[in-house]
Amino acid sequence: MSNFELLSEQGLRLDGRRPHELRCIKCKLGVFEQPDGSAYLEQGNTKVLAAVYGPHQAQSNKLDLNEVVINCQYSMATFSTAERKNRPRGDRKSQEITLYLRQALRAAIKTELYPRSQIDVYVEVLQADGANYAVALNAATLALVDAGICLKEYVVACTASLSKNNIPLTDVSHVEEMSGGPTLTVASLPTSNKIAFMEMSQRFHLDNLPAVMEQALNGCREIQAIMEKEVRKHLMQMGSAGDWSNIAK
Amino acid sequence: MQTIREFTRKTKRGNILKIVREHYLRDDLGCGAQICENCVQDETSVALLPERNVKSTLFTFPHYLVLDTNVVLNQIDVLEEDAISNVIVLSTVLSEVKHNSSAVYKRFREVVQHKPRGFYVFVNEHHKDTYVEREPGESANDRNDRAIRKATLWYDQHLEEAQNSRAMKKSGRPRTRVVMITDDVGNRERAEKDGILVASAEEYVKSLTDFPMLIDKYARKSFESDKKSLPIFPTHLSVNEIHDGIKAKKLLQGSFQASRENYLEGAVSVEGYEHPVLIQGREALNRAVDGDIVAIELLPQEEWTAPSEIVLEEGADEDPGDNVERTEKEQSVFQKSLTKSDEVRPTGKVVGIIRRKWRQYCGILQPSLLENASRHLFVPADRKIPRIRIETRQAEQLQNKRIIVAIDSWPRNSRYPHGHFVRSLGPLGDMNTENEVILLEHDVPHSKFSEEVLSFLPKMPWVITDEDYAKRVDLRDLYICSVDPPGCTDIDDALHCRELPNGRLEVGVHIADVSHFIRPGNALDKEAAARGTTVYLVGKRIDMVPELLSSNLCSLVGGVERFAFSCVWELDNEANILAKRFHKSVIKSKAAMTYEQAQIIIDDATQQTEIAKSLRHLNRLAKILKKRRMDNGALVLASPEIRFQVDSETHEPLEVEAKQVRETNSMVEEFMLLANCTVAEHICAEFPECAMLRRHPRPAPSNFEPLIKAASHQGFEIKTDTGLELASSLDACVKPDNVYFNTMIRILTTRCMMQAVYFISGTLQPEEFFHYGLATPIYTHFTSPIRRYSDIIVHRLLAASIGSDSTYADLLDKKLNEELCHNLNYRHKMAQYAGRASVALNTHLFFRGKTQDEEGYVLFVRKNALQVLIPKFGLEGTVYLNSLSGDKKPTPGDVIFTFNEEDYTQRCGNVVFHAFDPVTVRLSLDSRNVQHEKLVFQLVKPYIKGFSVELTAEQSGDVEMVDATTANAADGVPPQKKSKKSQKKKK
Ligand SMILES: [Zn+2]
Repeated sequence: MSNFELLSEQGLRLDGRRPHELRCIKCKLGVFEQPDGSAYLEQGNTKVLAAVYGPHQAQSNKLDLNEVVINCQYSMATFSTAERKNRPRGDRKSQEITLYLRQALRAAIKTELYPRSQIDVYVEVLQADGANYAVALNAATLALVDAGICLKEYVVACTASLSKNNIPLTDVSHVEEMSGGPTLTVASLPTSNKIAFMEMSQRFHLDNLPAVMEQALNGCREIQAIMEKEVRKHLMQMGSAGDWSNIAK
Repeated sequence: MQTIREFTRKTKRGNILKIVREHYLRDDLGCGAQICENCVQDETSVALLPERNVKSTLFTFPHYLVLDTNVVLNQIDVLEEDAISNVIVLSTVLSEVKHNSSAVYKRFREVVQHKPRGFYVFVNEHHKDTYVEREPGESANDRNDRAIRKATLWYDQHLEEAQNSRAMKKSGRPRTRVVMITDDVGNRERAEKDGILVASAEEYVKSLTDFPMLIDKYARKSFESDKKSLPIFPTHLSVNEIHDGIKAKKLLQGSFQASRENYLEGAVSVEGYEHPVLIQGREALNRAVDGDIVAIELLPQEEWTAPSEIVLEEGADEDPGDNVERTEKEQSVFQKSLTKSDEVRPTGKVVGIIRRKWRQYCGILQPSLLENASRHLFVPADRKIPRIRIETRQAEQLQNKRIIVAIDSWPRNSRYPHGHFVRSLGPLGDMNTENEVILLEHDVPHSKFSEEVLSFLPKMPWVITDEDYAKRVDLRDLYICSVDPPGCTDIDDALHCRELPNGRLEVGVHIADVSHFIRPGNALDKEAAARGTTVYLVGKRIDMVPELLSSNLCSLVGGVERFAFSCVWELDNEANILAKRFHKSVIKSKAAMTYEQAQIIIDDATQQTEIAKSLRHLNRLAKILKKRRMDNGALVLASPEIRFQVDSETHEPLEVEAKQVRETNSMVEEFMLLANCTVAEHICAEFPECAMLRRHPRPAPSNFEPLIKAASHQGFEIKTDTGLELASSLDACVKPDNVYFNTMIRILTTRCMMQAVYFISGTLQPEEFFHYGLATPIYTHFTSPIRRYSDIIVHRLLAASIGSDSTYADLLDKKLNEELCHNLNYRHKMAQYAGRASVALNTHLFFRGKTQDEEGYVLFVRKNALQVLIPKFGLEGTVYLNSLSGDKKPTPGDVIFTFNEEDYTQRCGNVVFHAFDPVTVRLSLDSRNVQHEKLVFQLVKPYIKGFSVELTAEQSGDVEMVDATTANAADGVPPQKKSKKSQKKKK
């Protein structure tokens, strides 16, 4: 499957997108009642649920006097991929992603505001179709917003790949990931233009890195705009329940 | 807009999976028609222009074509013609073509990309109005047909709307319509029902009355008259049957190689079998054509046979029709001969074709006996390809022309495959035509360099700037010189040697800095990479890079400042390397010499110039290096080599001579080898994953069998366990009474060797890097970047490693470089074959109208022939013997030869022929068949009454006269740089 051409001569990708286009993104905040914050996000066929509990009193063995403890758990539903597998929660890949999620979230949360406390973030991939980490992080960010946790700013992730003729491609789908092209995952804080996390699945020449990275960062900015819009919409609805939406009027 | 595509797929483990993919539908895809103002599209992508319309009697109004997949797959030759233009290429069709035949896809892509023809690719699969979903129970094929119809219909309506404007109506122009071309009956019926304009490919081609010859290129599935004749061949199994058969291990799969010598024999190389599986007889071959991937079934072991070792050519007589009664000769071949059991090979029969590897073939039209016949037989130049039946109306014009023909099909009831005429190359026997044939047959890219490629050449006048000097080491004062064959214009190497104050010797090899001029990734670079190598034909050179570089800016000509990539060593007097360095430099060669000139300077002790001293040092060191190599087990191989003196005007050969090898040849060669080895070690250490190297695998022990057998009949033992053993046992093969014996043994050894190949260091284990012929652990090509692309890559790697040039993405990409290696290996092999074919062609021309008696040696003894080598011309040919085979009764008066399988001899009376025996043969050109001239070898000595030709006084006088004329005309243009090339290739 490798060496497959990711971009046709007509400039379309395998699923019909142009190089810079994201997949369709739909999201919703507050999908559950029980947790303090929750969100559902789908990016193409990758669908993720995130739930946040806290901040609450940290468990004594993890407690930190200076800042909040972030407890993350990333998992994939057994029905999330084409081939059903028994996926014990602690498989290597999931553990790795859990670690990376925490790293990115730590960079966004104002940790010093919640000493001795703990925030639990649970992310479940319902359907996996590429860029799982990025979608999981974006969902987690929305859930944190929903939970009212203080963030420095949104932390948003996006992936990018490179076609054979060196054109960068935004938001890599599962087929494209499997086709042997490299995948660069970037989690960024778009407003302050900082990078919280970066990972590369395969080597490509350094010359191409700036272009691919820029493509991923552009993706982050676009996703952020979509997320912000959804948050606003959600707040309007939330607000209207208490008639708060008219306050500004 | 977005939709979900669902389908199922089987995994490797056999599970059925449901695959769900996203599929985006767009509304921003333009229709590509200039008359449309509704679509937002940029001007450059508009391909369908009103002025491009051709006149068709079927569709008298302007029209665009939509092609069905089957039309593209079968009629690519028609589509390559300019007559077909303004075509809408649907992405559905494009991907179906790609899936079915990569060869056709490649050609079709060329057509599509060629702008002036107006092929527009419309991605109907992602357009919101033309995408169709597969319906339950609908086959993928039917769904695609429907997609094509839907797109055609949409286009027609879309264009109608576009042309509805008032201006359009006022102009009075007829409306442009969309026509679908399909050969699928079902699709056609349904399209007609939908109200689509349809035509079959044949109807449409015939309706283009401005192009009456186009129909010749139309590929027919069958000829009318065939339908009544009876099947000759067994049916082929279906794809599924083959698949199941291979899975159940009942069938084997492999690529079919037709025998060059016997048209009723072939072999299939199957993985896991030491010898290729033998296929004998017309039914067993079952329409397999050389190169096809076939499915075969093994015969029961008691029916296995041995290769017939008989030379059988299809008679060049008229079309025998489809009558396949075996001729007597054919019969005798397949009589079960009583062969020794160890020669019996697995034998099988072809039961199905997995993939056809048909291509276009060069050849000639066989004159038809019937006047005004439209059916003709085409005789390919390649003996491995069967004759092809074609239909053409221009047979008369095509007589005595070289033409190109493609195969379309091979029905069961036809003795020959069916094909169609593609184009004519030119008159038979014309040097340009014949060279064209050689280049085409060997897939050598030889078209003119495109404007785009030329645009990347340096602007003239080219000057060396101060910046250039600053970046390079200035070696202009050194006594550097080059030594090459006479007439060489692409000089890529030069040498120097000087004494250092510390008593050591400094030796430098300076190679043309081609990578300075060819920058990675541009059109010039891509073209050079695709060509891979310069190809040398007799009197003609097909350059890898444009002439401005090859013969001027890169060539290290004498007295001119040039850029070089230098590899410099410090050596002691015993040629041990004490230090080495690489750098880019500016040099000014003091002299560009021939091997002969250099030899004269070395030998003339009175000459004490710097150049002479330098050459003498180099010569002495080279001898030490060579001895050291030989002691390591490097092989000295031989292949008969000749050079032609060619007339500069007619390009016809004037004289043939065996190549002379001087000490200076070996001197240059040794230092090139040393440079290559030194660079190989360096780049492999610097880039362990992606260095481009060259290896020469050790041949399988079985490869040596013919050599060992031949030598043992002469009482010599050849040991092949190690290179060193082989080298020393070759040295021992000396017969005082036969001076040429050792050379012949070496010629046979050369034929046991594997081909040396390029590879990428990261793809193999270091043990496999070994170069068998040179007996070095690592090797690469660094010294000829003007004529080999591999050397350009090596230069770039070396430059990157010493910081004098930057790397780029593709240089370090293992996979891309591996693909590049495949291409280079292929191009090199083809270039070698093309060179040999050119020598053969010129030999024929040389012997035209001459008869010459020459001394030669028997190289092999075959069942019905002697293979004879003429050292003087490096020429090999066959003396056919009348042999007694099967139960054929000898007729009185016949001279009968008896073949002895024990010691491979042929006996006739008291004359016995062994391998390596000296013979005298008469050479003449058999031109009776103008299309296929062949050199005839007739025995002169030893004299066998009734078989040998008589040596009359008149004839011997004739020979002398021929010698005299050739001697007079010795001042032709010598072939360029051929001798050194072929020598290096063997290494
Ligand atoms: Zn349009």
